[in-house]
Amino acid sequence: MRRGLSTRLLGISGKVLVGLILAFIVLPALVVTLAAFNDRAILSFPPAKYSTRWFTRALTYRDFQTGLWNSLVVTAWASTIALVVGTGFAIALKRYAFRFKAGLEGVLLSPLIVPHFTIGLGLLVLATGIGAARGFAVVVLTHVIVVLPFVIRSVYISLQNIDERLELAAASLGARPGRVLGTITLPLLAPGLVSGWLFAAILSFNEFTASLFVTGQATQTLPVAMYGYVREFADPTLAAVSVIYIAVTALALTVANTFLGLGKVLNVEQGR
Amino acid sequence: MLSKAVDLSPPASLPGAAVTDRPTPAVRLDGVVKRFGTVTALEETWLRVEQGEFLTLLGPSGCGKTTLLNLMAGFLEADAGEIFIGDDLVTATPPYEREIGIVFQNYALFPHMSVAKNVGYGLRMRGLPKREIAERVAQALALVKLTGFADRSPRQLSGGQQQRVALARALVIRPKVLLLDEPFSALDKNLRGAMQVELKEIQRRLGVTTVFVTHDQGEALSMSDRIVVMSAGRVRQVGTPDQVYRHPQDRFVAGFIGDVNRLPGRLESRAGERATVAIGDLRREVEAEALRDCAAGAAVDVFVRPDHLGVRPMGEAGTLPAQVAALVYQGSHIDLHADLHPDLAGSGRVVVRMPGHGALATYAPGTPVGLLVPQGGLVAFPPEP
Repeated sequence: MRRGLSTRLLGISGKVLVGLILAFIVLPALVVTLAAFNDRAILSFPPAKYSTRWFTRALTYRDFQTGLWNSLVVTAWASTIALVVGTGFAIALKRYAFRFKAGLEGVLLSPLIVPHFTIGLGLLVLATGIGAARGFAVVVLTHVIVVLPFVIRSVYISLQNIDERLELAAASLGARPGRVLGTITLPLLAPGLVSGWLFAAILSFNEFTASLFVTGQATQTLPVAMYGYVREFADPTLAAVSVIYIAVTALALTVANTFLGLGKVLNVEQGR
Repeated sequence: MLSKAVDLSPPASLPGAAVTDRPTPAVRLDGVVKRFGTVTALEETWLRVEQGEFLTLLGPSGCGKTTLLNLMAGFLEADAGEIFIGDDLVTATPPYEREIGIVFQNYALFPHMSVAKNVGYGLRMRGLPKREIAERVAQALALVKLTGFADRSPRQLSGGQQQRVALARALVIRPKVLLLDEPFSALDKNLRGAMQVELKEIQRRLGVTTVFVTHDQGEALSMSDRIVVMSAGRVRQVGTPDQVYRHPQDRFVAGFIGDVNRLPGRLESRAGERATVAIGDLRREVEAEALRDCAAGAAVDVFVRPDHLGVRPMGEAGTLPAQVAALVYQGSHIDLHADLHPDLAGSGRVVVRMPGHGALATYAPGTPVGLLVPQGGLVAFPPEP
């Protein structure tokens, strides 16, 4: 009897704990969303009166407009370049047991260890050295370096899920290596490529630390523009931008889920 | 050391040493060796696969049979020796130029292509005109009885159907050799039997040279023209199913092909090609070749098939004393397990296969019986070192 009660209590407290953790995860997004609709000009909580005027301000503020455009351009370039380069590396890592494989793997995954501001600072120094500081090329390059490990990981996992015998069968049927790649490997890799690109895009779009070092007034990305804004103003415009951010990212993931299945795209599920 | 068991002694197939009255084999391996690091997966191997032959590579996992198949397919490169397909030296030829068809254990159908696209893949790679491709794909699907399945996805097919698609895909390119890598092991038992018969029929009709890899001795015996028995990276014996079943050339082959009993024996004498061994009070003749290194009086192991033994009343002439241990009902036959009399040095349990069900009523466990050991059909080998 007593045991049943304690078990039940344990079960209830477990559920409460899980509930609290979940609430904690969504809490920031919730607070920011509420703050974004606050009519008052200071970031306060909870709001007394609701309005959407901060969204209007966010969408019409010049720095945010150029920042958004810059972010989109940088994200598109960076994730596409990272996808091409990363896929090449992933295939090479998987297929060819070259001698420096472990070393190369280490170097490629090092951006996970090296802090973003180090990457940003390093590239700033380098770019200044060759007189290309704060140009788009440097920003894109920075983002490529930051997102590359994620792309490689994503593509590499997808590659491992492809049965090698499919490629052997194709070869025995007369397909040269290039045609095996084009007709078998890449088509089967497509979900992995989409997932890799999507990861890269989301990371690049959100990247702030390294961008802060390498962007200038003309090339600043949206997160950098937001940082600049919050240093001068303390109104809920930023909260509105945050809500837009969340909405856009959620939309992208929903689209990916609808067309490809999120489990597949995020490599949560095994399988081809 | 290359076992003398291999019926092709190296010099006969050495390049230059003219193989006079035999036609060019479909595949020829001349002293092929494959190592992985320090492990030798395939020791020096000499082998001919004749035109139109159904040759089986048989052995337990890790015996080198799959390595041998991969070498023929060109998926692996030999560390020594030469491989010929027909008259062509292909040792260094990549798989896409070897014109071989292969069916894998898991079929390896391209999941993103329809059945017809799968079957037509090899023809598209050869750049044939669309109309010819369509015709030959239709023919191949008819051959494996899958007409009407052209537009299905491989996922929608049963295991047996997937295997037919894989077979059609391999055959449609009119390969010089068809390689089968354990193609039946993923099928359930009933389907397996039916597919074996069907595959054999197709193979005979097309006359395509086939190299079949399996660990299942039953499959090997029922399908092959010749069997290559392998273990530990070495060819142990090459021969027809009957040869390897009835005249195994070493104890590995004797133990691996079919069920077998080991009786403790002693070499008595040798006369030419025959030797006499003693098993308890019995004297039996065996081939002397395998006992060439044994001295008279040495202990030997005598091998006999369960269906060659008989059960008689205790003490009858030509029998060994034993006691019934268990009767195992097997449907079409009974397996009678008996313990040899402890006086027989190295006694163990022996299985006698008896047709019908009569034994169930006659021999209760515990009954003393005499095991009738036949005059022929015995083989003897030196005991394991």
